Amino acid sequence: MCGIVGLFLKTPSLESELGLHFSRMLATMASRGPDSSGIAVYGNPASAGSLKVTLQHPANDYDWSIVAENLSRRFSRQPVVRIISTHAVFTLAAREEEVRALLEKMHPDVTVMSVGTNIEIMKEVGTPESVIARFKVERMTGTHAIGHTRMATESAVTTQGSHPFSTGFDLCLVHNGSLSNHSRLRENLRREGIIFRTDNDSEVAAGYLTSHMRNGETLSSALTHALDDLDGFYTFTVGTSDGFAVLRDRIACKPAILAETDDYVAMASEYRALAVLPGISEAKLWEPEPATVYSWRRKP
Amino acid sequence: MKTTTEERVVDLTTSTVRQLNHSLHQLRHTDGPAVWHVKEPRGAHSVACGLTVPVRIEVDGPTGYYCAGMNQVATVILHGNTGTGVAENMMSGFVLVKGNASQSAGATGQGGLLVIDGNAGARCGISMKGIDIVVKGNVGHMSAFMAQAGNLVICGDAGEALGDSIYEARIFVRGKAADLGADCVEKEMRDEHRSVLADLLSKAGLDYSPAEFRRYGSSRKLYNFKTEQAGHY
Amino acid sequence: MNSPQKPGLRESATFDRNVIHEIQRAAETGIYNIRGWGAKRALPHFDDLVLLGASMSRYPLEGYRERCATDVVLGTRFAKKPIHLKIPVTIAGMSFGALSAHAKEALGRGATAVGTSTTTGDGGMTPEERGHSELLVYQYLPSRYGMNPDDLRKADAIEIVLGQGAKPGGGGMLLGSKISDRVAAMRTLPMGIDQRSACRHPDWTGPDDLAIKIEELREITDWEKPIYVKFGAARPYYDTALAVKAGADVIVVDGMQGGTGASQEVFLEHVGIPTLAALRQSVEALQELGMHRKVQLIVSGGIRSGADVAKALAMGADAVSIGTAALIALGCNSPKLEEEYEKIGSSAGFYSDYQKGNDPAGITTQDKALEARLDPIKGGERLANYLRVLTLEAQTIARACGKSHVLNLDREDLAALTIEAAAMAKVPLAGTSWVPGSSGL
Repeated sequence: MCGIVGLFLKTPSLESELGLHFSRMLATMASRGPDSSGIAVYGNPASAGSLKVTLQHPANDYDWSIVAENLSRRFSRQPVVRIISTHAVFTLAAREEEVRALLEKMHPDVTVMSVGTNIEIMKEVGTPESVIARFKVERMTGTHAIGHTRMATESAVTTQGSHPFSTGFDLCLVHNGSLSNHSRLRENLRREGIIFRTDNDSEVAAGYLTSHMRNGETLSSALTHALDDLDGFYTFTVGTSDGFAVLRDRIACKPAILAETDDYVAMASEYRALAVLPGISEAKLWEPEPATVYSWRRKP
Repeated sequence: MKTTTEERVVDLTTSTVRQLNHSLHQLRHTDGPAVWHVKEPRGAHSVACGLTVPVRIEVDGPTGYYCAGMNQVATVILHGNTGTGVAENMMSGFVLVKGNASQSAGATGQGGLLVIDGNAGARCGISMKGIDIVVKGNVGHMSAFMAQAGNLVICGDAGEALGDSIYEARIFVRGKAADLGADCVEKEMRDEHRSVLADLLSKAGLDYSPAEFRRYGSSRKLYNFKTEQAGHY
Repeated sequence: MNSPQKPGLRESATFDRNVIHEIQRAAETGIYNIRGWGAKRALPHFDDLVLLGASMSRYPLEGYRERCATDVVLGTRFAKKPIHLKIPVTIAGMSFGALSAHAKEALGRGATAVGTSTTTGDGGMTPEERGHSELLVYQYLPSRYGMNPDDLRKADAIEIVLGQGAKPGGGGMLLGSKISDRVAAMRTLPMGIDQRSACRHPDWTGPDDLAIKIEELREITDWEKPIYVKFGAARPYYDTALAVKAGADVIVVDGMQGGTGASQEVFLEHVGIPTLAALRQSVEALQELGMHRKVQLIVSGGIRSGADVAKALAMGADAVSIGTAALIALGCNSPKLEEEYEKIGSSAGFYSDYQKGNDPAGITTQDKALEARLDPIKGGERLANYLRVLTLEAQTIARACGKSHVLNLDREDLAALTIEAAAMAKVPLAGTSWVPGSSGL
C-alpha cells in the first residue's frame, strides 16, 4: 500500500519548477509509504532517432564508463551520460531492442529502469525524503512526473519492487491498492513476451497496458479493458511520452484526488500532497469517479 | 453552559493536530473559549475528533480524513473540502462541510446532524446507525450501504447501488438515484416522513418542499434468508 | 474404510458419510451450513512439537522456590498506559450476543481473579463486562455495532479487528437469531433478523489508510490506550509487517483453529492457515523489522493447555489468547449435560451449533432459561482455576527448561515430531538437525 502523486504541466511556464513542486508532493506522502520511493520524470527529450535509457546499479561508485564504451563501440557514437547516485541516464542513437540485448549480454548486473524519448525513472529503497535528496529531484525540469511512496505488501522491499514500473517505451505506472489476480495474468503476459522482473502485482498492471498498447490500443482503451481484466482494488496513475492518465476500479476504496488549474493537472492519494502546489486554493478539485479513465495530453 | 464569548485561534503551521485535540479534550463545559478557529489545516487528518463539549470549531481550509470523528455535542464548521470519513461515528452535535466531502461521510454515525453543502463521495452514510445527513449536492455509489437507522437526505443525485442491504434507515432523494442496491425500494411518502424531512431541510437551511423528494428504504426481503434470494448475494 | 459390522461394505474417503450428509442437506435447504466453533479437522498443531527439558547441558529451576515469572506488558510502543498482565493468557474477543450475559460476566470475573484481560466482541461493551473485567480490551470491528467514544475511553486497550482465524476475509449472512431485545438495541438492528456481517471496515481499506485510522483512535483517546491489530491467519508474514508499519502496538494473530459464534462451514474448514504456521511467520516478520518484543504478539487458535502456552511463547509470542477453551472451562460440552445435548440432536464433545442459540450450558445463548443454568460466580471460579492451571503448567515446563521467566522460552527449546510441524514451525525434527524448506519462508 502506498501514496501516489502525479503532476502534469499544461503549459511551459512551470517546467523549470517541475521538480520543485513534485518533490514536495512526494515528500508529503512519506506517511503512506516509508519503505521505498520512485519517480518518473518526463523532460529534456532525446532528439529524433535517439532515445534515453535510465540504468541502475546498486553500487554507488559503479563504473559507468565501461557501459558507455561498450555502447559507443556497438553504436558507433559516444552516448551522452548523466550519472545521479546509483542511476545513469544514457542518451544515444540506437534502437531499444539492440540496447537491451547489449546490456543483457555485457552488463547483466545493470537494471534498465526506463527506455523512451523523454522518460527517466529513478527509484530506491529508503524514505521519500532520502530518495528526493539522492536524485536531486527538486532541481529536475520537464513536462510531467509521477511518483510513488511505498509501504510494501506482498513483495519484498527492494529497489526493483518499487514503483513506477515501466514495461514499455515511455510508459510507466504507479499503483495504490492490491490486485488479486495478478499471478495468472503475469503468466499469460509472459507468454506474449512481456518481461517481468519482480513478483509485484503493480508490474503486472504495467505489463498489461504495454501488451494492449503494443497491439495498437490507445492508453485510454487499454485502461478501459483493464477494468474488466484486472481484479482487485486500485488507483492507477500512468505516464506516457506526452500524457498522463488516472483510473480507479469500480469499488473505488483506495483514495484519489485531482486538482486542475490553467497551468497544471495534479493527482495525489491525499489532499495534503496537493496543498503544497501553487494556486491550489483556486484549483478545481474533484475525486475521480470509479471505473472512469481520466487522461490529458500535452499539446505539441 | 457557555458564558464566555472568547474566541481562540490555533494555527496548524505552528501547532500540531495533537496539541489542538489535546486542548479541546481538556475543555469542560463552563471554561474556555466558546469558538475556536483552526487555521491552515492543509489537509491534516483527525482535526477536532473526539470532542465532548458544546464548543464551536471553525476550520478554515481543507481537511483530511476523519475530521470531527466521533463527535459528541460539539459544532464543527469546515470551510473547505474534507477527506474520508468526516464525522464518522458521530454521536451528537452538528458538523457542516462548506465544500465537498470524500467517501464514507458520516460512516456508522449514531446521532447528530451532518450537512454537506457540496457533494459527498462514495459510501455516504455507510452503516449509519441514527445520524442524520443532508447533502445539498450529489452522493457517490454505495451510499447508505447497510444503513441501519437515521435519515439520509440527498438534494442532488445518488450514484449506483443506493441503499444496498439497507435496514431501517430512510433515504430521501430530490434528484435521480442511478440505481438501487439490494433490498432498497422506493416507498410511499407519508405525513410522518414529510415532517421528518421538513425538519431536516430546515435545519440545513434549505427551503425545498418535501414534495420534491422521493423516499427509499428497505423492502425487508433480506431480513430472513430465503433460498430464492440467493442471487442477491 | 471398511465397515466392521458389515464386512464387504466400503466407505469412500472422498464421499464419506459426513460429506454425503452435507450434500444432501444443501440439496434440501438451498443454503450453506453454518455453525460455531473453529476448524474441526486435524491440523499440524502444537501437539506436534515437544519441549526439551533440562539434562546435562541445561539446568532446571526448582519448582516453588526458584522464581519463574509470568507477567507480560502489552502496548509499550506508543501507548501512555500499557497493559500489565499477570499471566500470558488473555480471553479473546467474544460478543455479548454470541454469549449470554452470564457467560460474559463469568469471563470477566475469572480473568480479573488472575490478573488478565477479557475482550469485547461484535456488539459493543456492556456495563457489566466493564464492571467485572478489570482489564478490558474493546474491539473495533467492521460492523461498528455499539461503537462509541465513551466506551473507547473506558477501555484499557483497543483492538482493531480485520478478521479472525475462523473466517479470514469472511462476512456474509448469518442465519439464526440470537438477536434478542437487548442485543438488537445495542446493535441498532431489528429483532429476529438474519444478521449480515460486513467484511471490510466502512471507512478505511488497506494498511496505508489503517495508519490514519489508528492515529484517529489515538487522538480520540489522547494516546493513552494500546492499539491492537487482529487478523485471521492467511498471509501473516505480510500482515504483521504491514500492521507494524501502520502503527500497531500489539499484533493479534488468530489461526484457523480459532473459533467463532457462527460462520459458514466452508470457511471454517478451508480458509486460513494453522496457528503453528501463522505464529512462526508473524514472529519472523517482527524479527526482520527489529520489532520483536517491541510490538507484542498475541496468538490464538486452539490453545488448550499450559503446554500449548509454553510452546507458543517458545516460538516467540508474548502472550496467547483463549476463546473456545474458556467456554469449555465454563462448561461448554460437559458430559454432565449429555441428556440435554441429545434432546437437540447433538452430544457432549460434538456440540458446536452456537448459532442456534439453544446451548444447554447457557453460554452461547440469549434464552433466559438456559442462561440461568450458568452461575456467573461459579463460572468465574472455574475460569480462574483453568487459567491458573494453564499458568502453572507453563511455568513447570519453563522451569524444566531452565527459564526464570516464561517469555525466555525460545525456539531452541523445541523439537518437532512431524515433518509438517517442523516445516511450519521451522523447528528441527526431533533427533535431527533437519528443518524442511528452511531456505524459503
